Amino acid sequence: MAEPPLRPRRRFRQPSVIPGFGITFGYTLTCLGIIVLLPLAALVARASGLGLWGIWAVATDPRVASALRVSFGVSLLAALTASVFGFLIAWVLTRYRFPGRKIVDAVVDLPFALPTAVAGIALASLYAPNGLVGEQLAKLGIEAAYTPVGIYIAMVFIGLPFAVRTVQPLIEEIDKEIEEASATLGADRWHTLIKVVVPPLIPAVLTGFALAFARGVGEYGSIIFIAGNLPYVSEIAPLLIVIKLSEFDYGGACAIATIMLGISFVTLLAINLIQAWSRRRFGYV
Amino acid sequence: MSSALATTRPPARAGSVVTEGLAVRALLIGIAVVFLALFLVLPLVTVFIQAFAKGWSAYLAAFSETDARSAIRLTLLTAAIAVPFNLVFGVMASWAIAKFEFRGKNLLVTLIDLPFSVSPVVSGLIYVLVFGAQGFLGPWLLAHDIQIIFAVPGIVLATIFVTFPFVARQLIPLMQEQGTAEEEAALTLGASGWHAFRTVTLPNIRWGLLYSVLLCNARAMGEFGAVSVVSGHIRGLTNTLPLHVEILYNEYNFVASFAVASLLAGLALVTLLVKSLLEWRFSAEIAAGARGH
Repeated sequence: MAEPPLRPRRRFRQPSVIPGFGITFGYTLTCLGIIVLLPLAALVARASGLGLWGIWAVATDPRVASALRVSFGVSLLAALTASVFGFLIAWVLTRYRFPGRKIVDAVVDLPFALPTAVAGIALASLYAPNGLVGEQLAKLGIEAAYTPVGIYIAMVFIGLPFAVRTVQPLIEEIDKEIEEASATLGADRWHTLIKVVVPPLIPAVLTGFALAFARGVGEYGSIIFIAGNLPYVSEIAPLLIVIKLSEFDYGGACAIATIMLGISFVTLLAINLIQAWSRRRFGYV
Repeated sequence: MSSALATTRPPARAGSVVTEGLAVRALLIGIAVVFLALFLVLPLVTVFIQAFAKGWSAYLAAFSETDARSAIRLTLLTAAIAVPFNLVFGVMASWAIAKFEFRGKNLLVTLIDLPFSVSPVVSGLIYVLVFGAQGFLGPWLLAHDIQIIFAVPGIVLATIFVTFPFVARQLIPLMQEQGTAEEEAALTLGASGWHAFRTVTLPNIRWGLLYSVLLCNARAMGEFGAVSVVSGHIRGLTNTLPLHVEILYNEYNFVASFAVASLLAGLALVTLLVKSLLEWRFSAEIAAGARGH
């Protein structure tokens, strides 16, 4: 039904014969308020009690600054790695047929399903100097466990499914006729990939990157076992929140949490902007 | 809505212009498989190898401890509260959001998704700020002798928070795709709203619902960061399975730690298996909401 072009006043809700709006909407808002919004508001209230200067003072404390640098820096690198390999894995899974493809596809979701603490102790024992992989890396002169390298490995583990799963559906939807047209017009395969296939996938790759990055920054369970948690070296921001809490330094914990929340909001915003741009440019998200 | 699971096209013929050469394909498949094996499968295998490093009896001994048993009980209890709560919430929210048009809908959906973008540790922290001894409700709770933080209610609340969006974000796109025509027909034929939901909507969404409950449960039982902050790690009282794994590991009791971890890894494997089966079998129904978790 077309909306009448001129309405005296916009209603909150369009009329519908379906019942139950009041109760379901009310229940949704109540749950959302109690479980999510009020507790988050408590954090905002605490943080605003500190003021911008208070938060700044905590953020510039050398140990906190170092933890934030480690969390954000390593997460950027890990998200980059996850995006590159995620794209490759998504491409292989959608475009090629090989035995065991469905199993490989299912394996990609492992980090979603495996509890982070389990992943954490498994990675720590694998990459420890006497572990299966750690021993080999040690021969190459690489120390993985108890250094930022270990944090990087855990973040790649946790971020990979985001990178694969955001790109995969779009690769599946590519119209092969476009590739055929490109080939018919004389482009070799490499040119077709770079000029025709990849550009429309860039927004999805960026979204996957942002999701992996955000997850890496906030990740705790899979990192703390392998990181070694040396202050100024391999201590991550979420761990510092836990430490501050155990010292009953609520203000410090809130300040770090606020900075992290701020960054994840910026990341979310970036994802939305990427998707809006993609919708304008390519007609889909 | 695009999907990872939609119809698969027939494989391209060798020498086709729309695929890469055989050598390139083999190389790329090789890289993908080796990468996944190294980064994802190897850690999983390690859990079981370490758990059985000293044989069956050592493995089983890890579960005869009373602390391990109470951790199992607490994890089951937490999931038994958090999962149904989020199931009801998810169905209610997706009914309101998918079947009606109202202003501010996008904002509401974004807010429901919020817990996914909050660090687990921060998720725990916010409950400490509300219910903890120094929290907003702390003095009142103390006066009425109610303990939430460092007790079971806090663990349940934190678990509900981190699993909050699972069911809703799976069902909303699914129910939006299905529209309202079938429900309207049922209502026109004289069904009550509840009757229409039970006999028309529910059968349409059941596989998507099962899928999301499965993932919600895996996360609820495996949550570590948020629960760790609110639990206080009191052995035998406020230790869930993942926290028990941590304690045993930090005590260098590796066999027991990995044995308990293998239980959670087994849960993850079963989850993945059922999830994949559901995806292969009911791809269209699940696809609508399958992007991201």
